[in-house]
Amino acid sequence: MQKLLLLGDEAIAQAGIDAGISGIYAYPGTPSTEITEYVISSKEAKEKGITATWCANEKTAAEAALGMSYAGKRAMTCMKHVGLNVAADPFVNSALTGANGGLIFVVADDPSMHSSQNEQDSRFFGKFAMIPVLEPSSQQEAYDMVHFGYELSEKYKVPVMLRITTRLAHSRAGVVRKTQREQNRFKLPEDLRQFVLLPGIARKKYQVHLKLQEDFQKESANSPFNQYFEGKDHSMGIIACGLAYNYLMENYPDRNIPYPVVKLSQYPAPLDMVEKLYMQCETILVLEEGFPMVEEMLKGLLNKGKQVRGRLDGSIPMAGELNPNIVSKALGFEQDPITPVPSLVTPRPPSLCKGCPHIDSFVGLNEAIESFGKGRVFSDIGCYTLSALPPYESINSCVDMGASITMAKGAADAGMKPSVAVIGDSTFTHSGITGLLDAVNAKSNITVIILDNATTAMTGGQPSSALNRIEDICKGVGVEEDHIRVIKPLRKNHEENTRILLEELNYDGVSVVIPRRECIQTLNKRMRAKFKSANTNLKNSKQ
Amino acid sequence: MKKDIILAGVGGQGILSIAAIIGYAAVESGLFLKQAEVHGMSQRGGDVQSHLRLSSDEIASDLIPQGKADMIISVEPMESLRYLPYLGPQGWLVTSIKPFVNIPNYPEMEQIMQQVEAQPNHIALDAETMAGELGSVKAANMVVLGAASPFLDLDYEKLEKAIHFVFGRKGEDLVQLNLNALKAGRDYAEKHMN
Ligand SMILES: Cc1ncc(C[n+]2csc(CCOP(=O)(O)OP(=O)(O)O)c2C)c(N)n1
Ligand code: SF4
Repeated sequence: MQKLLLLGDEAIAQAGIDAGISGIYAYPGTPSTEITEYVISSKEAKEKGITATWCANEKTAAEAALGMSYAGKRAMTCMKHVGLNVAADPFVNSALTGANGGLIFVVADDPSMHSSQNEQDSRFFGKFAMIPVLEPSSQQEAYDMVHFGYELSEKYKVPVMLRITTRLAHSRAGVVRKTQREQNRFKLPEDLRQFVLLPGIARKKYQVHLKLQEDFQKESANSPFNQYFEGKDHSMGIIACGLAYNYLMENYPDRNIPYPVVKLSQYPAPLDMVEKLYMQCETILVLEEGFPMVEEMLKGLLNKGKQVRGRLDGSIPMAGELNPNIVSKALGFEQDPITPVPSLVTPRPPSLCKGCPHIDSFVGLNEAIESFGKGRVFSDIGCYTLSALPPYESINSCVDMGASITMAKGAADAGMKPSVAVIGDSTFTHSGITGLLDAVNAKSNITVIILDNATTAMTGGQPSSALNRIEDICKGVGVEEDHIRVIKPLRKNHEENTRILLEELNYDGVSVVIPRRECIQTLNKRMRAKFKSANTNLKNSKQ
Repeated sequence: MKKDIILAGVGGQGILSIAAIIGYAAVESGLFLKQAEVHGMSQRGGDVQSHLRLSSDEIASDLIPQGKADMIISVEPMESLRYLPYLGPQGWLVTSIKPFVNIPNYPEMEQIMQQVEAQPNHIALDAETMAGELGSVKAANMVVLGAASPFLDLDYEKLEKAIHFVFGRKGEDLVQLNLNALKAGRDYAEKHMN
């Protein structure tokens, strides 16, 4: 079989193509973005007619995937961990409707917050919805689990979660492909009320779902991804979840671990295996990426059993991702002295690119708002969030996508004036429009600045879903036309832009200012592509 | 054979191309490989690093343990020092000495060079000027790779082949530029190794 060198994300995408998906739906978010990107640019996927699209947000993406599953075909939806908060409603409820065609939610967590607001652990969401969760320890396992996950999903007609973390998502390794499966044919659910969660029906479906838990337990016990390794030294037993298994192995170069080990990669946690380890060993060490989920389950509320070690007792730090050194310490190995980072090395935080349109917008806003004082600008998530740092220090919040507009409304209701929201074009369509409608309905006194750089820049320049339609949307929502102002954020327009911003800050009611200029990075990319195709045309015409 | 390499630099300096070329050469040599990259937030002018692991045996962790790296390859001098905790006692530090100054409190170059030179095994070279003389400063990353190549335990021809593969689509001129850059770095290292 063909072996490819793939990122964890790419392995999942290739596996989706090979396992016969008919569609993949997502909103970008690090570290999940490359999954959908891979399918979108895959020739093979195109030939197979696989639908691969960016959606307005994670909720719309998850629902489209569920709809495809309704129609009998295999679907995948991908998101970062906080994206699952947005898609939580379809996620949790799809556990009850169940699937028709196989359905996988791929959720990429970001412990250590490399590019995120928090480090929530999506396994809890899987437990909450009571569906099987697969957590790969390697790129190969990630690939294999997609195939396995669709079989599991179609066998029990439930959605399955594939949980990965940053290190797996963005690390490359060799992956061997499996035989390809055909896509499913269009096929309606046998029971046409399967997806109708009216209380009377939902109650019955819930009973069925509760019964399925026994099956999921059996599946976990027999899973090829969960294994029990015997060991002679019973002073300690180790449970290594997902990627943590690699860090454990790294500490035993000869791969001989003296202690019994449970390699745990499919949830619900297999009771028999865990119990055997617990009975056999004097203490238990739990290695898991994310929150201490398994550790907490083992300890129970009262913690009156054996000593269980992990994040909760400080054997492993509570925050941040694991690495081989943290695991080595927890295993009790002596630590070699480490050369420290020389004190002269200074942090180098990311910053807005040279020539970025956001720079001109914030320089203008800073000047326009100066007379009112600091602390009145709610913001959102995107490249522009970097304006919280020097030299701009323009914004005062970054919470969750869309929150700038709604928080500005709340603060305006509390009497703050002016109350400003700064939001990117992609974030606006992700979840800003509904908030703007709230503000219009309440005649709130807010100014919304929609930074239109014509792309979703933060995550690498995916298309913006309301390209060239931002004003129409604002109008449609009910913002007065006179108070929808488009400006071009360029240094030479600084004075005029500042004046327009100031006028709208002073307006009583909902006003929208749209600074519009393309992101420098996507502009350069486009120009290079144009130049290249012009060159090839030239060459071709010469032949 | 086992080589654990930290690649360091600033977003946009081309460390992922270095990784791609070593990766291609390693796969051609029948080695196992794992390479952890940094995407997202850290690419906008922030510090970036990649853990690259090559081995004749299967590799467990995607991350290199501290104190175990065989080499730090850096395209920026201060960044080369950021990862010293990873470098093993016998490890090599190979770095370009051209600072990338995009922060107001960038330290004194003299102090940085003192730290670089305090490493028992190091190669420090002005990759940018060398690449500029060859035609484009953009090939500085390949000069640095060339300077690291004697310590990689990979056939030099395999690295050349990888350059053909990675840059081939962008035209023969670019391939040649990068091959020349690789060679210039290699020659420099061979002269300054001891
Ligand atoms: C719920 C959720 N989904 C996805 C992300 C990842 N994310 C952060 S910013 C961003 C895109 C922002 O695009 P835009 O608002 O247009 O701003 P730009 O980066 O282009 O300035 C994305 C996808 C997130 N943080 N939260
Ligand atoms: S990627 Fe685009 S939007 Fe983001 S900082 Fe750079 S120029 Fe600005």
